[in-house]
Amino acid sequence: MLKILFAIPAKWRILWRRIVSELEIIGISSLFIVGLMSLFMGGVIALNTAYQLTTPLLPDYTVGYITQQSTFLEFSPTVMSLILAGKVGSNIASEIGTMRVTEQIDALEIMGVNSLNYLVLPKIIAAMLFFPILIICSMVLSLIGGWLALQVSGLINTEVYVLGIRSFFDPFHIAYALIKSVCFAFLIVSVSSYYGYYVRGGSLDVGKASTQAIVTSSVVILMANFILTKLLLF
Amino acid sequence: MIEVHNINKSFGDLQVLHDISTTFEKGKVNLIIGQSGQGKSVLAKCMVGLHEVDSGNVIYEGRDFTAMNRNQRSQIRQQIGMLFQGAALFDSLNVEENVGFPLSMFSNKSSLEIKKRVDFCLERVNLSGKNSLLPSECSGGMQKRIGIARAISMNPKYLFCDEPNSGLDPKTAILIDGLIQDITKEYDMTTVVITHDMNSVIEIGENVIFIYDGKKWWQGDKKSIITTDNPEISNFVYASEFMKEIRQNIQNTRS
Repeated sequence: MLKILFAIPAKWRILWRRIVSELEIIGISSLFIVGLMSLFMGGVIALNTAYQLTTPLLPDYTVGYITQQSTFLEFSPTVMSLILAGKVGSNIASEIGTMRVTEQIDALEIMGVNSLNYLVLPKIIAAMLFFPILIICSMVLSLIGGWLALQVSGLINTEVYVLGIRSFFDPFHIAYALIKSVCFAFLIVSVSSYYGYYVRGGSLDVGKASTQAIVTSSVVILMANFILTKLLLF
Repeated sequence: MIEVHNINKSFGDLQVLHDISTTFEKGKVNLIIGQSGQGKSVLAKCMVGLHEVDSGNVIYEGRDFTAMNRNQRSQIRQQIGMLFQGAALFDSLNVEENVGFPLSMFSNKSSLEIKKRVDFCLERVNLSGKNSLLPSECSGGMQKRIGIARAISMNPKYLFCDEPNSGLDPKTAILIDGLIQDITKEYDMTTVVITHDMNSVIEIGENVIFIYDGKKWWQGDKKSIITTDNPEISNFVYASEFMKEIRQNIQNTRS
């Protein structure tokens, strides 16, 4: 299956056109939900941290530091990928599944088109290219969300929060988050495409495949997250 | 010409096709007929490689399709046009993009040349000027005709039509039948039509293969199917009371 999927495309121009189209469907259309979730989650992380840290032994900038660490290490790459598994994964599984049950994939095969390569490869490339961008947006917006929440609550001033964010900053954490996002992008698209491509039956089965794709993608992301954390951080 | 030799196909324990051998002639409309669930569509899907046969061979002009690898099959498939039961048009593409899809994938034609060919194919199926419509904006009959236009866009040698008349009113069904017949003659193609519509058999059945219980039960032309005494075919052809009356009249005329 992988050999067929990663075969050389019939026309590079068509692959490029498909990638651009998928970048819009998978990536750009996810910007709003990622931004919104990140703003609120960043705010909640900052408020929760401020609420927990009542001891005078810890400096105030710890709130900014913990918000930054939580966002970079887990929230943006992992939680956002879980959310994207729901949005992007169900979209992919239902799109390809519908094409399967309405014989559109058979039509592609009859024409001599490598349907897996034509349908799935552009989605994988687009997701692997755009997920890191989404994750960077998520990181920035999450930190802004944390700042906004602290400002509105009047808990910590901007200078202290920024000091916390900059404290003990390790650029590798950004690389770590981006590596994870690329891996998760591949997993989400390939798992969802698998469920869509091999669906049998009618529209009810497409719905089931879509649900199954989200559940499996989420489980696979959590398992991969554990493995990647172990490999990259220890 | 397409030949099938001793095709057997099972799904699990259920054997759907039993040792089917036949020939589909060039320049003729070859019909595969039979009741639902007898294996007509499975036979057609085995012929185009959508199902792998358990044993037997499918030969396209002397080339054994069943023995070919994926790339070799792709070469043959570029010479096949197929009209699906539900037309199977790509939802996200408009009519022009649907019809021009095989050309943009496999030919080196410029976009202007592709547009010309698409316009020609659409004109051939009486859908000139419908280029920008989406499949969801087209009626069932229009979708079938767009499917035919897409199938002939690459000038195929072989045309497969899976129940081209299903879900259509009788007038549109006759139009589609006529179109398939005209195109077959015009391009000298080997056309295989899967149907259980007796009107189609009478209209365009030059070489009719009757499938019953997964076996090739009978082969002949549209005239001989009316007069055959084979009980299974008679039950199929004269299924309705109206057709039974016609049979009675034929027999009375003969006697």
